[in-house]
Parts: sequence; structure tokens; C-alpha cells
Amino acid sequence: MRGIYHSFANLVVRVGQRNIGLQRQAWRPFPITASLQPTRRHAHGQATEYLQMSDPDLTESQRTVREAISKICSKYPDEYWMELDNAGKFSLDLHADLARDGWLGICLPQKYGGSELGISEATVMMQTISESGGGMTAASSVHMNIFGLEPIVKFATEEQKERWLVPVIQGKERSCFGVTEPNTGLDTLKLQSTATRDGDHYILKGQKIWTSTAQTAEKILILVRTTPLDKVEKPTHGLSLFYTDLDRSAVQVTEILKMGRASVDSNSLFFDGWKVPAEDLIGEEGNGFKMIMQGMNAERVLVGAEALGLGFAALRRAAIYAKERVVFGRQIGKNQGIQHPLAESWMKLEAARLMLYQAARLYDEGYAAGEFANAGKYLAAEAAFEAAERAVMVHGGMGYAKEYHVERYCREAMLPRLAPVSREMIFNYIGERVLGLPRSY
Amino acid sequence: MSGLRILVPVKRVIDYAIKPRVNKAGTAVETNGVKHSMNPFDELSIEQAVRLREAKVPVEDILVFSAGPTKSQETIRTAMAMGADRGIHVVEEKIELEPLGVAKLLKQVVEKENRNLVILGKQSIDDDAGQTGQMLAGLLGWPQATQASKVTIEGEQCTVTREVDGGVETLKAKLPMIITTDLRLNEPRYASLPNIMKAKKKPLEKKTLADYDVDVSKRMKTVKVIEPPPRQGGGKVDDVDGMISKLKELGAI
Repeated sequence: MRGIYHSFANLVVRVGQRNIGLQRQAWRPFPITASLQPTRRHAHGQATEYLQMSDPDLTESQRTVREAISKICSKYPDEYWMELDNAGKFSLDLHADLARDGWLGICLPQKYGGSELGISEATVMMQTISESGGGMTAASSVHMNIFGLEPIVKFATEEQKERWLVPVIQGKERSCFGVTEPNTGLDTLKLQSTATRDGDHYILKGQKIWTSTAQTAEKILILVRTTPLDKVEKPTHGLSLFYTDLDRSAVQVTEILKMGRASVDSNSLFFDGWKVPAEDLIGEEGNGFKMIMQGMNAERVLVGAEALGLGFAALRRAAIYAKERVVFGRQIGKNQGIQHPLAESWMKLEAARLMLYQAARLYDEGYAAGEFANAGKYLAAEAAFEAAERAVMVHGGMGYAKEYHVERYCREAMLPRLAPVSREMIFNYIGERVLGLPRSY
Repeated sequence: MSGLRILVPVKRVIDYAIKPRVNKAGTAVETNGVKHSMNPFDELSIEQAVRLREAKVPVEDILVFSAGPTKSQETIRTAMAMGADRGIHVVEEKIELEPLGVAKLLKQVVEKENRNLVILGKQSIDDDAGQTGQMLAGLLGWPQATQASKVTIEGEQCTVTREVDGGVETLKAKLPMIITTDLRLNEPRYASLPNIMKAKKKPLEKKTLADYDVDVSKRMKTVKVIEPPPRQGGGKVDDVDGMISKLKELGAI
């Protein structure tokens, strides 16, 4: 049994090998003995390693998540995701694997089968899923179920939680999310879809857009107006949140063909006269906006983490290819024109990672942390897109071929730059909230 | 009989998916900054212990044991997340334990913890020594069934199937006994998140070599570790006659 990392003899050799060790030893007044000097370890793993495990800043529970999720994801290689993407075919395989081992309940209360871990752990989970090569495709196939139900956790009744959370955690039901409308984007308060009370029911009328997985999801969390905007006391009032069956006999679900992530459907929804039971209303009527804002920051962190994973996956492929590919008799990675942009991408990704992990930690500690969540999402998405673009360029013509996977990453990397909030709105947020500048819009 | 008191020793090794590199000094395989995980054969052992319990064989408790650096505790926690009840970790940062030393250590664990079944991996994938189980059986004077591909236990009676050259061998023995596991025995589960969380609360006892009266002094000295020579490309022959004459030339036929 290798009982030990480094024997004494090993350590001496090791210190001697490293320049830093030699220099430091030279000016110290007395020699450092092995017992005083712990072996210097590398702070990070190789970026070429598949889902490296060496980030020493991870907490124990984050590391546990990283390791366990890596194991599950290693069953799904890049080729698997490429085939789904090419076919535009949705798959529940990963979702089922994650559900079976309890991962969908990572942030949800133990009472309903969850594990009540924090966003810090969910961040590592989503990063790892994406970083495995599954990218936004893999992440989006579970994303909504990881944190989207936070309004239910916070505001639903006991009976509703039991009814809704248990099947989601078990993977028996999946939910989708309907907020954005064709004519209403980030100005959520201007939503036009309505719900009108009719006895035991509400009648919903209107349209939603960019609802992911609505082709197959059983449930939908949907925000609609119950009091017209001109009749409310405050503009934030009058919207109501429902969690209900996505009744396809009343809702027309149309898939939107798009740039990347072809296998996870995004849809527009049309409904007129959709009867929704009153018991599917969450909290008080008219308070939906407040509820939907709950967890928005956490969601940004998670989307940032998904982008981050994609960026690291792209960098991994780029570095491996740059080392292998020989042109003019030398590895292309030997050229600084290739090497330096990749080195820079690593730095940007790591910086974004630290920001995101900080945002997650602050969120878990009870801070609003909006500035860090937004900034982390921005930095991660930009770094990931840049890394993915560079990965394509490093591959040259091969990068344009699907079998090298980087073009898929590059297409998918556009997504976290656009959603769930645009770069421009993040700048606005930081400008107003952190810099105290006047609102520009 | 009150039930099975199982001991499963586990070892933290370089992950099976990693291509090992020799360190610069040529003294060992580089372990620094390399991903580690539980020896895959040990995963089979844990899985088997848990499956015995799930198959309603009376299992009193499943004890997982490891000796090595602090990080081995992660491996013990993984085993507990898979279903082991408690763990013992002999913290040893310096001394490299050899199979005989480990077997002697395990003998003491078996005696102190009153075990009646030990399930070990048939080998660890770093040293590939494949000795510990057999040595432990020898030291304890217990029957052993190595490289198990199927294990059933009824009362005191253990039936172990092992795949051997030319067929399948079935062994029967009475408890207490030693079983070592082979790849076809089962497919280890992934630990579920709730079980990972529960495992963090399971008891893990930390000990040192001094707690056991064991001579773990090294009996072997590693002279040198080198990478295998890179494979040479083969030659091409034009036809069957060419191949035959080439084989003759090489003395292969």
C-alpha cells in the first residue's frame, strides 16, 4: 500500500529540483528540515486534465460534489452530446441518473427528499456537468429543476410543497419556466399575459417565449398579471405566480429553432382560456414579482457556472490540440500566438470562477450579493465565449468540423452571454447599485 | 451466529483514468497534483458488502479501513456513502506500507474489531501486487477465496465462484473467511447525494500505527522506476508469403 505521498528521500529530491526551493534555501540562515517544510504542492491541476480535482480552494462539500458529479458525467462523453445536438434530440438519460442519486434535490429541503446544500455546491455541480463536455445542453436539461423552484420553497404552503417538490426531486416530474414574453423582456413589470379568477379557477390568456424544455416538461412555473398595471398601487404589484400542469390541450407549444443547444428545446407558448386551478397559485395573488425575484441572483451564479464549465472544456480541448498538432515540423502550441491567448483565457476563466464562488458563498451566507452574482455571470460568460472562440481558432479548419466539438461549445457559449440577463443590464446594475450613478434607461 | 461483521480495507490510488508518469528522480510514479480515487477493486468489495446486507443476509456492521495520508479519509467517506457503517483511518504520512505490513495491520484490526469476514480487492491498481488478501488469510489461518466473481452466504456457509483458466471454480468455506474481489463480481453504485451527506456524519476513527503493535518496516527497496519504452511501429509486408518469411526470419515459426 502506498501509505504516503512522498517519502523523506523523495522530498529532498523534490525541493532540490525546483528553482524556488533552491533559491529560498540559499538565503535562509539555517537549512529547512523536512519536518518543518511541508512539501509544496501545486495549487491547481492541469487544464488539460478531464475534470481536474485539484482546486485547493474548494470546500470539502464542494469537492465531494465535484467528484461525484464527475463520475456520473464521465458516462456521457463529448460524442454523446454531439449526436444529440446533431439530431436535435432531447435526452433524459443524464436527468434520470442525477435524479436517481438525489442530485436534483441538492438545494431543496430535506423534508421533501432534498439535501439542503447551498448554491456553493450547486455551482460546482452545474460547472462540472457543463465542463464534462455536455455544455449548456447537459446543464439545461436539469437547470430549471435545480434552483428554479426556489419561489415554491419560500412561499408555497406545506401541502403545495409536498405535492410539487417531491416528484421533482425524484425526477418523476420536470418543470419549465414561463416569464419572458415576445413583447416583454427584461421589463418584467410590463408582462401582458393575464389570469382572471373564475370560481375555483383562473383563466390564463397570453403568450410566453423562451420556455426551455416545454416540449416534455409536466409542470410550469408561470408569472402572469392578475391586476391590470393601471389599477395597482405599486408597479411591482399585480403579478401572480402559478405552478401548474402544462396542459398541452390548452397551451400551444412551438419550438424555436436556434443557434446552439439544439437538443434542449426552447419554445414559445400561446394560451387563451387555459383553466388553472386556484390551488396552483403560489402565495398571495398580486405578489408574484417579489417571489420571482427571489433566487434570481442564485440563478445568475448557476448560469455563470455553466458558462465557466463550457469555457474550461473548450480550453482543455484547445490546449490538448495545440500540443498534439504539428505544423511546419513543430507543435502549434509552441507558437506564442497560439499559447498566449490560451494562457490568457485560463486566467480569465479562473478569475471568473473566483468571483462566482464568492457570489455563491455570499448568497449562502445570506447576503443579497447581486453585484457579485451579476458580475460573475458576466465575466464567466465573456471568458467562456472567448475561450471557445479561441479553441475553434486553435483547431484551424478542424475547429469548424463538428467532430472536434469546439464549434458546438462556441455556439453554446453565446447563450450565457444573452441569458438570463443581458450584459448591458448587468452594466446598468453595477453602474446604479455599486457606483451610485443615475439610472440610464 | 449473530451476523456478519465485515471488514473492507480500501486504498486511495491514482485514478484509473490517469496515465501514470514517472517522477523526475526516477524513484516512483508521480503522485503530486494527480487525481486520486478509490482503488476500483475496493469499490467492488464495498459494493459486495452492501449487497449482502441488501440481500437480507444478516450483516451486523460494515467497517471500512484505510491506512495512509489524511486524504485517504475522502476514500473512507466515499465507502461510507456507498453503504459502509463506520471507518477507521490509520493516519500515516511518511512510511510506505508494503502488502505484508498492511496484512499484519489488518490482522490486528480483524482481532480488535472482532471481524468474521474480510472482503478485499484482489489487487490495488498502483502496485498490482495482489498479495494482501492472501497474506492476511495466512496470518489469520482463515480460509480464503480469491478473485471472486460471485458470493453467496447462508448462515456460516460461504459459496464463492471464481473464474479460473479453463472454467469456473466454486469454493465453499465456513466463516470466518477472506474474500478478494474481481471485476465481474458486481457493478459498484454511485453514491447518492443523500447518502454522501449521511456519510459525513458516520463515525470515522483516527488512529496511528503506534496504536497497533505491527512491524511495518520495509522489506523491499525500489531501485529504479522507468517508463516502458515507446512502441516501435511495425513493418509492412506485401503478401502472405512475405509475412511467413518475415515470421521465419524473426524465429516466430
